[in-house]
Amino acid sequence: MINIFEVEETNKMIEQENLDVRTITLGISLHDCIADDIDKLCDNIYNKITTVAKDLVKTGEDISLELGVPIVNKRISVTPIGLIGAAACKSPDDFVRIAVTLDKAAKSVGVNFIGGYTALAAKGMTAAEEMLIRSIPKALSSTERIMSSVVLGSTRTGLNMDGVRLMGDIIKQTAEATKDSDSIGCTKLVVLCNAPDDNPFMAGAFHGVTETDSIINVGVSGPGVVKHVLESVKGESFEVLCETIKKTAFKVTRVGQLVAKEASERLGIPFGIVDLSLAPTPAIGDSVADILCAMGLEQTGAPGTTAALALLNDQVKKGGVMASSYVGGLSGAFIPVSEDQGMIDAVEAGALTIEKLEAMTCVCSVGLDMIAIPGDTPNTTIAGIIADELAIGMINQKTTAVRIIPVIGKGVGDKVEFGGLLGHAPIMPVNKFGCADFVDRGGRIPAPIHSFKN
Amino acid sequence: MKMKKTIITVVGHDAVGIIAKVCTYLADNGINILDISQTIVQGWFNMMMITDFSGAAKAFGDIASDLEKLGEDIGVQIKCQSEDIFSAMHRI
Repeated sequence: MINIFEVEETNKMIEQENLDVRTITLGISLHDCIADDIDKLCDNIYNKITTVAKDLVKTGEDISLELGVPIVNKRISVTPIGLIGAAACKSPDDFVRIAVTLDKAAKSVGVNFIGGYTALAAKGMTAAEEMLIRSIPKALSSTERIMSSVVLGSTRTGLNMDGVRLMGDIIKQTAEATKDSDSIGCTKLVVLCNAPDDNPFMAGAFHGVTETDSIINVGVSGPGVVKHVLESVKGESFEVLCETIKKTAFKVTRVGQLVAKEASERLGIPFGIVDLSLAPTPAIGDSVADILCAMGLEQTGAPGTTAALALLNDQVKKGGVMASSYVGGLSGAFIPVSEDQGMIDAVEAGALTIEKLEAMTCVCSVGLDMIAIPGDTPNTTIAGIIADELAIGMINQKTTAVRIIPVIGKGVGDKVEFGGLLGHAPIMPVNKFGCADFVDRGGRIPAPIHSFKN
Repeated sequence: MKMKKTIITVVGHDAVGIIAKVCTYLADNGINILDISQTIVQGWFNMMMITDFSGAAKAFGDIASDLEKLGEDIGVQIKCQSEDIFSAMHRI
């Protein structure tokens, strides 16, 4: 029988330590919506999403009420639109029409974001995918809820450097198109290497082509819970530190597993995976950087940060895999700067630089995320930053990504405010030396030798 | 069929009549109490009841909000949750 101390422990995690289920993401295949007429395609897409997802938000709210745990977001991810729109779209503006349709469908069912405005161009872009990519600035500035991603590399295919160079331009254009709101369009755009098919977190969520017709994926979170429990092990050995994180990660992930199974049963949609990520929010006490400090660093970015993050990421995975029947997505620790008050503090204190963040991305689950840079950063430099991050992913056989915001009209010393879960951030300085001759070369970087495993 | 249990927690400053008032509400609404544990630490009251809602007169959501209001009247925080979240976290 459950005892009062266990009940108290769980409820304290929820009420005081920001334990929540960060998202239930419903993945929907749009393959059966494909048509070569744009109007028919948009109708099919709208109808499919509003049919399959009609009970998602209510079900999330019911489960949240019954379990007494917040389910913060209900979201949708769809098959990459670069594939779905290929027959019907003859121009970037045709793709924008699909974006507007997705936005309308998201509003109709009540989800706050819909991911999948995506091009899977890890080796090269099709004509349709290039049109989608070129449509992104207009698509993101004329919608509210869509999230866009461009996959430009993998360990098996190498890096699509034409795409990388193009994204340097596209990110800057998206920043320009949304410059009246601190270039917020760029917070909804991510470039990835080794992107998973079942990531429930935005902006990189899409319903991969390997997936079933529809699926439920859940993202848990609980940096506050981990930080709290570490306060009781100050000064203890690494063994104790690791075990503490691992056991806590187990408990947090169990909540995600339960919610995923419940949602799946009630909606009649198969359960996919639990993504056991420590994902921060700007709320006080919900920070991954604070965990690193609780582990013994004066500030995130100090020497020891990469090792501490590697330890944290690994123990989260070890604890989490026991807790869930299927683990997937990104699964690890997230380090988005604008969404983590501890990270913001570290940048403002001068302790954390982009270079250190790049090192940290080698050992954690996401990449250079939610980083605001000067609005006059050259497009080629942005491409160089992307190339660096994707190379880390390609060589180390992990997912890496770049979600970077060049804030038009602002520079180092200025701040940006995106609002809500997207947070706020100081502008970070970028190395001023150029790489145009490198990124302008054209073509692709071949797959690394160790990818030949056959 | 396995009975789904609901955990009701009551937390707040100790006062006369808390248990009586909550139990009266539960009895009036067809909810069976299976187990009660309770601690009082430095005037802070903490009670957990394991209950069976299968004969409940109202829907879970209505009972949860009734109990929330009752808690406000008494001066405590009353929460209703399915036992699943606790079993999931604390049992393998």
